[in-house]
Amino acid sequence: RLSGKKILLLEGSPQQAKDLKPQYSNRVSSLNSGTKSLLELIGAWKHIASARYKTVKKMQVWEACSDAMITFSHDDMAEDIAYIVENDVLLAAVNKEVKELTENLTVMHESKIKGYELPQCYGTTCDVRVHLENGPSYVCSLLIGADGANSQVRKAMGIKYLSWNYNQMGVVATLKLSEPTENVVAWQRFLPTGPVALLPLTDELSSLVWSTSIEHAKELLSFSNERFVDSLNDALWKKLPRDKIVDVATQRFNGLLESLFERSSTVQQLHPSVSSVVEGSRAAFPLGFGHATRYVGKGVALVGDAAHRVHPLAGQGVNLGFGDVRCLSELLSEAVFNGSLLGSLPHLLKYETLRQRHNLPMMLTIDGLQKLYGTTLTPLVVLRSFGLQLTHILNPVKVSMLNMS
Amino acid sequence: MQYQLALQASRQNNPRMDSHALSRMLQVGLCPCLSRFKSTTSVKQEWPQLEQSTVDEADIKHHSEMASKWWDDRGVTRGLHALNKLRIPFVRDGLLNVGQINLAKWQSPQPLHGMKILEVGCGGGILTEPLARIGANVTGIDASQNMIDTASSHVCQDPNISNSIIYTCRTIEEHAKEHKDCYDAVVATEVLEHVIHKDLFLDACISTLKPGGSIFITTLNRTILMWAIGIFLAEYVLKVVPQGTHDLNKCITPLEVQALLEKYGCTTKLIHGMRYNFLSNEWHWSSDTSINYAIHAVRKQH
Repeated sequence: RLSGKKILLLEGSPQQAKDLKPQYSNRVSSLNSGTKSLLELIGAWKHIASARYKTVKKMQVWEACSDAMITFSHDDMAEDIAYIVENDVLLAAVNKEVKELTENLTVMHESKIKGYELPQCYGTTCDVRVHLENGPSYVCSLLIGADGANSQVRKAMGIKYLSWNYNQMGVVATLKLSEPTENVVAWQRFLPTGPVALLPLTDELSSLVWSTSIEHAKELLSFSNERFVDSLNDALWKKLPRDKIVDVATQRFNGLLESLFERSSTVQQLHPSVSSVVEGSRAAFPLGFGHATRYVGKGVALVGDAAHRVHPLAGQGVNLGFGDVRCLSELLSEAVFNGSLLGSLPHLLKYETLRQRHNLPMMLTIDGLQKLYGTTLTPLVVLRSFGLQLTHILNPVKVSMLNMS
Repeated sequence: MQYQLALQASRQNNPRMDSHALSRMLQVGLCPCLSRFKSTTSVKQEWPQLEQSTVDEADIKHHSEMASKWWDDRGVTRGLHALNKLRIPFVRDGLLNVGQINLAKWQSPQPLHGMKILEVGCGGGILTEPLARIGANVTGIDASQNMIDTASSHVCQDPNISNSIIYTCRTIEEHAKEHKDCYDAVVATEVLEHVIHKDLFLDACISTLKPGGSIFITTLNRTILMWAIGIFLAEYVLKVVPQGTHDLNKCITPLEVQALLEKYGCTTKLIHGMRYNFLSNEWHWSSDTSINYAIHAVRKQH
C-alpha cells in the first residue's frame, strides 16, 4: 500500500564495499525472533543465512558474588532464543535488498545535514524541509530520524531527552575458545564492575561484550593479547571473596525451592575458557541510558537508538529498534490506506503510545538490573540471588520473558 | 435581510435557544397577523418567499461561523477529524462489499481510483480530502459559501489532490437537476440531522446516483440517550461540541431513514452503530445504534 511513496535515505557514511571479509567483525548483534521475521519479510534474512550467523539455543547467566544462576532455553533446546549476526553482515544483507528498490528509494551517501525545518503549526498541512551542507534542500511529508543516540533529528524536535552515562564502556573482541565445542550457548556473568558476556559465533569463536568501568576498559585495550586473555579468564572463572551469609542463604533457599517445586535445578554447564583473542579485534564504546519523552511530532518520527538507548547487558537494544520499525511501517500503511497524510499526527501518536508502552518497561528493567548487579552489598546480593534462583525454578516466567523480548 | 437580522439579535439575547423555538418566535414576531394560524412544524407555509428547501438557514450560519477553525484537528471539529477513522473504511470497504470495486483495486495504493463521488454537506473538506487521496474524483457541495471557501483554500496545500476535487456552493436540489445518474457513490455524513426536509434531500441525493451506486449516510438517532449524551452532555456539560449544533427534533431514526431510502429506490445493505469516546477522542464501531449510526444503501437498477 505504500508503493506509491518515494523515499530518500540520507546516509552519513560512505558507500561500503560489498564483499564479506573472512575475518569475523567484532561488532555483533543478538537478534530475536521478532527481528528475524521482520528481516524475512523484507527479504534480507536469506542473504544473512547465505553469509553467516549463529543460532543461540540456550543462555546461562550467573554472577561473581554468589552461586545463584539461571538458564534460559526452550524445552529440549528445540526452538531458537536468539541469532548472533555481525553488524556488517546485517547491513550488507539489507543493502542488497535496498539496491533492488531503485524505483521508490534513493540513497545518498556521505550526506552532511545542515539543519531541519519542522512544521510548527497545527491544523494546516506542513512539510518538513531538510537542508544539506553538501547538497540541495529537500521537502518531504515525513522525516524519520534513525540517526542513533546523538540524533540530530531529535535535537531539531526540541523534546526532553532523559539520559545519563553509565560511566562504563563496552569492550568488544573476537575470541578463540580453548577447545571447540557445540557453541550454541550464550554466557553472561555479572561482576560488580559490570557484566561480561560471550556470544557464540562458530564452534571455535565467540564474540565478547564486556561492560566495565572506563579506566578498566582503557587498560584492557592497552594490554597485550596474553594479558588480556588472562584478565578475561579471571573475570569468567575467578570466585570473588564471599560473605558466608550469602553462600548459606543461597544454599538454603535453593533447597527450599527444590523441595517446593520437586525439581532439581539444572546442573550448571561449565562455560568455556578463552585461549586467545583475534588480533586487532579489540575495541570499546561508551555506554549510556537514553529516553526521548516524545517519539513523534507533526511530520517527524524517531526510531531505534534515536528514541531509546539501553545497556547491552540484555542484548535488546537493536531488537527494540526493529520493533519500532515494524510498528511504524504498519501504522503508516494503515494511514495511507485511510487517505491520511503521511506526516499527520493521529497515527504517529499511536505509534508513540504503542512503542513507549512496550519499550519503557524493558528499558527500566535493564537499567534496574545494571544497578542491582553493580553492588557487592550483602543484603542486595542475597536478594538478587534469591530472585535469580526463584526465576530459574519458575519455567512459565522464563518462557514469557523469552517471548516478550 | 430582516430575517437575518432578527436571527442574529435573538441569538445574541438567548444563545441557548434551539433553532426550533427560534423559528417559532420569528414567525410570531414578524407576522403577528398570522400568529393565530400557527402550526409549530410547517415553517414553509408561513414564508412564501422560501421555496421548498432542504436547507436550514440557521444551521448554515451556525456552521459558517466555525469555518475558520474547521481544520484545527484539536479544536471544535476534532470529533469530525477523528470520525474519518470510521468513515473512510466505511466508504472504501462498502464499495468493495457491493462489488463496485474489485479486490485487486482495493489492495492497490489507490483503492477508489476512477470512482466519481459526490459529498453532500462537505463542510471544510475533512472527509473530501482523504477520499481524493485514495484515488476518488470527488465533488463537494455545501450550502455555506464560507465553508466552500475554507475547503478550497485548504485543498491548495496538497497538490496531489487539488485536481481531483471540485467544490461548489449550492444545495443538493440544485445540483441534482443537472447531475442525474451521475455518481458511483454519494456520501452524506453528519448532515442529515441538520436538514429540514429529509425526504426531498434523500430523493435528490439518490437521483444523482448511477443505478447500482451506493449512498453512505452517518447521522444521529432520535432517542433520549442521544439527547442525554450527544446534546446535553456534549454541548452543555463537557462543551466538546458547540452549543446549538444538534437538535433532537431534527434527528432521525435508522428505520425512518431506511423507509425513505426504500421509497426512493434503494436497498439497504448495512446499518451499524458508532460510539464516541470523549476522553480519548476516538470513534469505534458499536452494536448500539441509539446515538450515532451509519447506513449504506445501493440504488436499485432501473
